[in-house]
Amino acid sequence: MKDFLSLSIANLLNEYIFVYDFLDSYDLKLKDDELSKSFREFFDSLDEDKLEEKGLSIDLLKEQFVNFMNAMTADADTIEELESITIVGGVNKYGEPENVELTIRKGEVICIVGPTGSGKSRLLADIEWLAQKDTPTRRQILINGKVPDKKRRFSIDHKMVAQLSQNMNFVMDLTVEEFVRMHAESRLIENADEKVSAIIDEANKLAGEQFQANTPVTSLSGGQSRALMIADTAILSRSPIILIDEIENAGIDRKKALELLVKEEKIVLMATHDPILALMGDRRLVIKNGGISKIIEVSEEERQHLPYLQALDEKLVSLRNQIRNGEILNE
Amino acid sequence: MKFITISGPPSSGKTSVILKVIESYKLQNQRCGVVKFDCLLTEDDKLYETKGIPVKKGLSGGLCPDHYFVSNVEACVEWGIELGLDLLISESAGLCNRCSPHIRGVTAVCVIDNLSGVNTPKKIGPMLKFADIVVITKGDIVSQAEREVFASRVKVVNPRAVIMHVNGITGQGAFELATVLNDTEDIDTLKGKQLRFSMPAALCSYCLGETRIGDAYQMGNVKKMDF
Repeated sequence: MKDFLSLSIANLLNEYIFVYDFLDSYDLKLKDDELSKSFREFFDSLDEDKLEEKGLSIDLLKEQFVNFMNAMTADADTIEELESITIVGGVNKYGEPENVELTIRKGEVICIVGPTGSGKSRLLADIEWLAQKDTPTRRQILINGKVPDKKRRFSIDHKMVAQLSQNMNFVMDLTVEEFVRMHAESRLIENADEKVSAIIDEANKLAGEQFQANTPVTSLSGGQSRALMIADTAILSRSPIILIDEIENAGIDRKKALELLVKEEKIVLMATHDPILALMGDRRLVIKNGGISKIIEVSEEERQHLPYLQALDEKLVSLRNQIRNGEILNE
Repeated sequence: MKFITISGPPSSGKTSVILKVIESYKLQNQRCGVVKFDCLLTEDDKLYETKGIPVKKGLSGGLCPDHYFVSNVEACVEWGIELGLDLLISESAGLCNRCSPHIRGVTAVCVIDNLSGVNTPKKIGPMLKFADIVVITKGDIVSQAEREVFASRVKVVNPRAVIMHVNGITGQGAFELATVLNDTEDIDTLKGKQLRFSMPAALCSYCLGETRIGDAYQMGNVKKMDF
């Protein structure tokens, strides 16, 4: 491990752009002639009284800096890429065994069905927490067929599940571009510009009505917001699993949304009772009494209903548009 | 008895998180109690009472809430031990961002919420920067992007902390938080223990009831702005 306190500030800033984040967060300002110093010399030159007013001290600052540098440089490379997850069954709420071992690979779409309170959230929580028979369901989650590294549980950069649900909002008052850029910058990726424009393009392909890069996120319609959230999560989120809590059939192309997530090699878990979405998936997990009671492989036969359902859906959309456009329904 | 300090800005969801964590402990037949510190008024003690959780309320009134906390926390621990609790949680609001109720050798949790804005992590002092566990709440109502940005900003100011997302309404994440908190070591007393960081100071004429404005009335620890 490098001795970050002894290296020259200029070199560190050059090599690790996130050092600026640290300085900014602790409200530390560097003068030009300090760049050749080491961080140890810089911290030692600070006024201890002024630091204390902010709830800091020189020693604590040094400690936080070393922790920060170690945390930021250690990550990424040490945790292996996810190819598949395996859910090894535990028990339902009556203690009856689930008797399943389900492996889900990148790019698969799995629907989770069952009434409210049946245990869908617990299943997702087990995946998020990488349960090792230590949750109420006694399930075990494997990554790439093996027991996962313990570090994964607490690494915010390796969070397993990204969530998209109906009641989510943008709370920040930024334009679409500023918003996506902020997300990209927090990921410390190099080609931020490219990603930002890719996300806006993809989101516009999903949204029924187009929006611009300079549209404030708070003025997007429901469909546009969802389109932006899906495109952003598909392209920028590091989480390998995307949980979608129903996609309302308004102002967004749901088929394209799923295709985008699959193309970005996400595992898609969808809590839905919409027959079209269910048939777009590969498998359905049926949850009952807190346990996985059945796994239904979507068959070709079942999928034959899809054209009919889609025709119905299109019909409904066109009727909706007629109403929106102030027309009279004619049929 | 295990003892944990939980603090966080007002309305960040501390009480909801604690209630859900205690539900988890109850399933394991553990007895939990809460000490709720606040300033002028709190109704949260009733929330705990209706759930059958032993609770003590401390209102600091005209005193700095942090100073009130540290003067009373030792007695709180004695109270918890007397009741035979397995776990005592102290809940206090960080009313100024310089608050620092954490104690060395006692697991310290800071609760902050996604709605408070992405610049909030750097504005909060020792309460967040020196916590062992940071719990982020209200994730269900903001976008995935905002959740990720918020968590990464918390990590910048407190790289050592375990960062967890807990939903105070559905309880998602509470079981996991309870598992992590369970690693806390038992203590017998707080006597002789130290705060992790000195508390915000004040010792001036206004502490003693002065109300008039003007240099002539200001004595003691007074700090002036630069113009």
